[in-house]
Amino acid sequence: MLKVNISTNAPIKLDVDLLCKDGELLALVGPSGAGKSTVLRCIAGLQTPKKAVIKCQDQLWFDSDNNINKTPQQRRVGMVFQNYALFPHLTVNDNIRLAIEQQQTDQVQRISELLAQVNLTGLGKRYPAQLSGGQQQRVALARALARSPDVLLLDEPFSAVDKVTRRKLYLELNTLRRQLNMPIILVTHDLDEAAMLADTICVIHQGKTLQQGSSEQILYRPNNVTIARQVDVRNLLSADLVKTDGRQTLHWFDYKFNVENAAGFVDNQSIFWTISPSKVLLHQRVRKSKGERENPITATIKDMVTLRGITTVLLNVYNTGDTIIQMDLPEHVAMRNSLKRGETISVSLLADAIHLMLS
Amino acid sequence: MDWTAFEVSIKLALLTCLTLLPIGLAIAYLLNKVQFMGRGFVEAIITLPLVLPPTVLGYFLLVGMDNNSIVGGFFVSITGESLAFSFVGLWLASLIYSLPFAVQPMLRAFEQIAPEIREAAWCSGLSKWKTFFKIELPLAWPGIITAMVLSFSHTLGEFGVVLMIGGNIAGETRTLSIAIYDSVLALDHHQAQTMSLLLLAIALVTLTVVYTFNRRHARLVNI
Repeated sequence: MLKVNISTNAPIKLDVDLLCKDGELLALVGPSGAGKSTVLRCIAGLQTPKKAVIKCQDQLWFDSDNNINKTPQQRRVGMVFQNYALFPHLTVNDNIRLAIEQQQTDQVQRISELLAQVNLTGLGKRYPAQLSGGQQQRVALARALARSPDVLLLDEPFSAVDKVTRRKLYLELNTLRRQLNMPIILVTHDLDEAAMLADTICVIHQGKTLQQGSSEQILYRPNNVTIARQVDVRNLLSADLVKTDGRQTLHWFDYKFNVENAAGFVDNQSIFWTISPSKVLLHQRVRKSKGERENPITATIKDMVTLRGITTVLLNVYNTGDTIIQMDLPEHVAMRNSLKRGETISVSLLADAIHLMLS
Repeated sequence: MDWTAFEVSIKLALLTCLTLLPIGLAIAYLLNKVQFMGRGFVEAIITLPLVLPPTVLGYFLLVGMDNNSIVGGFFVSITGESLAFSFVGLWLASLIYSLPFAVQPMLRAFEQIAPEIREAAWCSGLSKWKTFFKIELPLAWPGIITAMVLSFSHTLGEFGVVLMIGGNIAGETRTLSIAIYDSVLALDHHQAQTMSLLLLAIALVTLTVVYTFNRRHARLVNI
């Protein structure tokens, strides 16, 4: 388990709290300059924070209060750098060999095992310059694993490869990580990448970790509106929470929505709310269903875009001015219901899918 | 052909470039690694012989090696001999005037190594010494070879400082370039031509070898 607690003003302002269990992949997500890479460098021992405690597998790597600061060599980290930082004058085999401990006797076997693990068998005698971007990334991964590290750190490892290779590498990493039993931290600014690969996501903004949780929690149930904006939540809207007849209802323009999960919110206050586009329920146009009774709204289809089987529909909701609600549907559902631009449809905003947040 | 002068020149050039190898490496490595106030001044001092007229540099060195000076006096007290107009004096002077030719290529070579490469080595468990010998040194190798060849060639061809500090003592301080000058003054153009062609050939061959080697290395590491 890796536990990181950094609170420092130099070299940049950081207020970071991270917890990553063995075998778990934690994605550290935030915009450029948010401090993601600095956190990774602090964990690796490449940067010294003023005040921090970093603990890995019951070993104290850094403790500013007790003047403990282990060197990168002592920390047993496997690190994949953004541009891989392969040793250009050494072959793939030698790049990996350098990271294997010298007392290990079966070095050749270990190297071939690692190459097989990252699907690079047969390329051991090549130099980094003779490899493609994706292959270089795999070498960097094999080198990082060669030391049998206590923690694996991946610093934007997919940013230097093209989109097609990236998709391939995502799948490979997903398979590889199931064989690893160590905390893995992935730094990325790509939310989709984080959601696809990570067990937990931690949002970092201006050096401060805002929320750590599952991708479902972070993307659809952010703790507050700042996080919601950071993760680019769709359908971020404001309304009033009003108690009527002993029930809390959400007053949004002239609509009154039933909500669940409103515990902890004070009555009669202005709040933000959101609903995941995939949880906006389309009322079938050919056959009525009981879902129509739950928070129904009527809207005009303003625009529609289909990408990889998902149709994104932008809805201009009646009586809300120009307010747009986004709805995501499987392409075949959109086709079956003959959805077209300019048409009027009705949808339901399910009570348990509405997430409330404080301003 | 003055073979004694040729021998003095080769001996001086070899000794100078070999001595400058550790000195240049240490200076270049530290200049690249350590950030300190007055770094610009230190770099300027090292590069000074490159822009200073050889006679000016020779004059200061001659004054510094005088028996009444600290360095010259110290040398006399140990060896009983004068530092100026001796081979050792010439060698010390060569170290100074060839220093920028050794340090600059090495420094540029170290600066070209991305910091992440060094950090990747540390994260791979390599100590700082191992990182230096297994990663930094091999990557800086073309710069080091260039530095050696440049300091060798420059020492081989230096004239002004040698004339000022070494005089013209056969077998001790008369180098090939001084011998060429002597031959021309004595109107022995044949000898001057032979020796000039020899110096030209040595310079051309060594530089060709260096450029070929560097190009191959650059292709390999994709710089």
